[in-house]
Amino acid sequence: MKLTGAQIIMECLAREGVDTFFGYPGGANLPMYDTLVQYPQIRHVLVRHEQAAAHAADAYARVTGKAGVAWATSGPGATNLVTGIANAWMDSVPLVCITGSVVSWLIGRDGFQEADITGITIPITKHNALVLNVEDIAPTLREAFYIATTGRPGPVLVDIPRDIQQQTCEFDYPETVELRGYQPTTKGDPHEIKRAAALIAAAERPIVLAGHGVVISHAWDELVELAEKAQIPVITTVLGLGGFPGTHELFMGMPGMHGMYWNNQAISEADLIIALGMRFDDRVTGRLNDFAPKAKIVHVDIDPAEIGKNLPAAVPIVGDVKQVLIDLNREVAPVRHDAWRAWLSEEKASHPSIAIPDTEKVLPQYVIKSLYDASGADAYYVTGVGQHQMWAAQYFWVDKPNGFITSGGLGTMGFEIPAAIGAQFADPQATVWAICGDGGFQMTSQELATIAECELPIKLAIINNGYLGMVRQWQELFYKDNLSGVRMLQPDFVKLAEAYGLRGIRVSEKADVKSSIDAALAHPGPVLIEFQVEQHENTYPMVPPGASLQETVDSPYKADGVVVAPIASEVRP
Amino acid sequence: MPSRAQHHTIVALVEDKPGVLNRIASKWRQRGFNIESLAVGHSEIPGLSRMTFTVDGATHDVDQVTKQLYKVIEVVKITDITGEEIVARELALIRVATSVNNRTAVLEIAQVFRASVIDVAHDSLVLEVTGTEDKVEALYELLLPYGVKELVRTGRIAMTRGGAAQEPDDGSQRRYRSAGEGKAQVGSLL
Repeated sequence: MKLTGAQIIMECLAREGVDTFFGYPGGANLPMYDTLVQYPQIRHVLVRHEQAAAHAADAYARVTGKAGVAWATSGPGATNLVTGIANAWMDSVPLVCITGSVVSWLIGRDGFQEADITGITIPITKHNALVLNVEDIAPTLREAFYIATTGRPGPVLVDIPRDIQQQTCEFDYPETVELRGYQPTTKGDPHEIKRAAALIAAAERPIVLAGHGVVISHAWDELVELAEKAQIPVITTVLGLGGFPGTHELFMGMPGMHGMYWNNQAISEADLIIALGMRFDDRVTGRLNDFAPKAKIVHVDIDPAEIGKNLPAAVPIVGDVKQVLIDLNREVAPVRHDAWRAWLSEEKASHPSIAIPDTEKVLPQYVIKSLYDASGADAYYVTGVGQHQMWAAQYFWVDKPNGFITSGGLGTMGFEIPAAIGAQFADPQATVWAICGDGGFQMTSQELATIAECELPIKLAIINNGYLGMVRQWQELFYKDNLSGVRMLQPDFVKLAEAYGLRGIRVSEKADVKSSIDAALAHPGPVLIEFQVEQHENTYPMVPPGASLQETVDSPYKADGVVVAPIASEVRP
Repeated sequence: MPSRAQHHTIVALVEDKPGVLNRIASKWRQRGFNIESLAVGHSEIPGLSRMTFTVDGATHDVDQVTKQLYKVIEVVKITDITGEEIVARELALIRVATSVNNRTAVLEIAQVFRASVIDVAHDSLVLEVTGTEDKVEALYELLLPYGVKELVRTGRIAMTRGGAAQEPDDGSQRRYRSAGEGKAQVGSLL
């Protein structure tokens, strides 16, 4: 039986196991929306802006491990996806974006709502394609899902002109994909794995640096096995959070620009770094030349281009982290590193880094810690970008595999609300906290309408300090306190929540923090809490830009709440 | 890893599909490279084209782009053959202004360079020359005083010498192999 191009798109989604996707209609994807109603088993979520469709699909993919799907129309619809696609590209998230394109005879003629979206997205997609024959839709989408989800995952965009969506042909979904130039390596070289095991056996001061690859490949059990067997402390990057149990005695938290002081010292003292599915981002390494001066590096990554990109690896292993760890764990003999761990414990005890002083002020750290204390491993925590994100990362000592969802590489403000929507659809029974900055919140707050319409019980916490806090922090420290463009007059967030049909709570007293969180968790529907926090709090520890990890400036607080140093002068160059 | 800028010759075997050149050019552009020359045409394998690039850059930087290029789905194999024994040629067409008085002199120069005359007019002739860039450059320089009205060059095309010179095993090229791990093996064609 012949099907239309639009029906073929839906058949492909069904065969790829897509049960929920996110989109926005327009002139060039009308046939797709026309066909949608014939497939009630596939849920379409109408967002309020295409960027949100991409971010929601992104978080949906992170939680489910399947490809997230986003639809948009041509022109502005497609270009609105771009930020979301770039976000997925930087964080290696499998996304299949299907855009309607202007009718094929108008392509290249500046037709109404035409944008060369395949050209635009070349640098931010793993692959993309413009489909010009209805017969090519099925194989192209089959390839799109295959490419998006295998190897190092990433976004794929398929652009389909409206007339092609309407043409008909026999539907035949290819069983296999044959791509001459694409066969990712998943199994590590046994010779290199043996060399890695030998380095681990010989190391006195080893650490694991675990990145997003651990989460993507679901290698948490294997990582725990390695860490316990060889007694290696585990540091996770911001995207690696949730890749290792937060309450495990070997878990050390995050390194880097706003990482734990002790981790940055440990990296500088280590003689072996086992880097798993991470890419030595500048926010992790600080000044590259002084990163881990005493360490040999075992670098495991599924993307060969990551190995040697920023730092040379003594042992390069191309492969899937889980697969490599299974093989490596067989080679690793039990060993202890008591002296090293004792040194690290001492560092940790003497530099509290994330101590929260006992004050009557509503400190943002206290609010975020309270969220974790109240919801623990029962929730997903989705953040935006900025100070609140770093605090959220610093205090995420939670046993929730894959529980921390954030925009790591691209640093996209406004990620939090649509991503929380995606996470909630991916795990409808779970608690989902969107931890928002007051600035980023306003970039995608239109999605409160989606939350209300879909009756999603998302809990939103706005950490409102009335500023673009991270930018202000840099202006204070590195631009001579010249605050420019960072003070924000905010709307009444509680009224805004209520206008959309959400419950709104405002908290300005410390005494109300925990009770409001409990009230939000007890409420069956969506709740927005605006926490009016101490405005001038800054995020520490901090490695000043251009400095090395050894130069980390620790938090001004001691465990007993005493402020120990006038930080600004220390951080300023 | 600082290393000095060097001329690199890179050969890519790619699927013959729309947009491939754009994707490849985009990867070079992203890292700030200027492609000095580029030649593209069908290869001996149906559906695959072969590209020859020359770029200037530090070996580490070129190496990085080469690895990135492997991530282009349509790229089947890519090799930096700079350090290898290669044969490299380009072809140029040169339109030289001539008159009755100097035509013989131009033809003599052409003969020395084994360039052939492929078009003659009253006031000009077109020479076709094949060879290394240096040879083409030398001929061009000699013709300049007569007046070069038009010059078109194909850019370098290159192959490794001998039957099995494509994969030196001294370890120096290992990075390319590991970067291409998982790429289909297409005989010993590169």
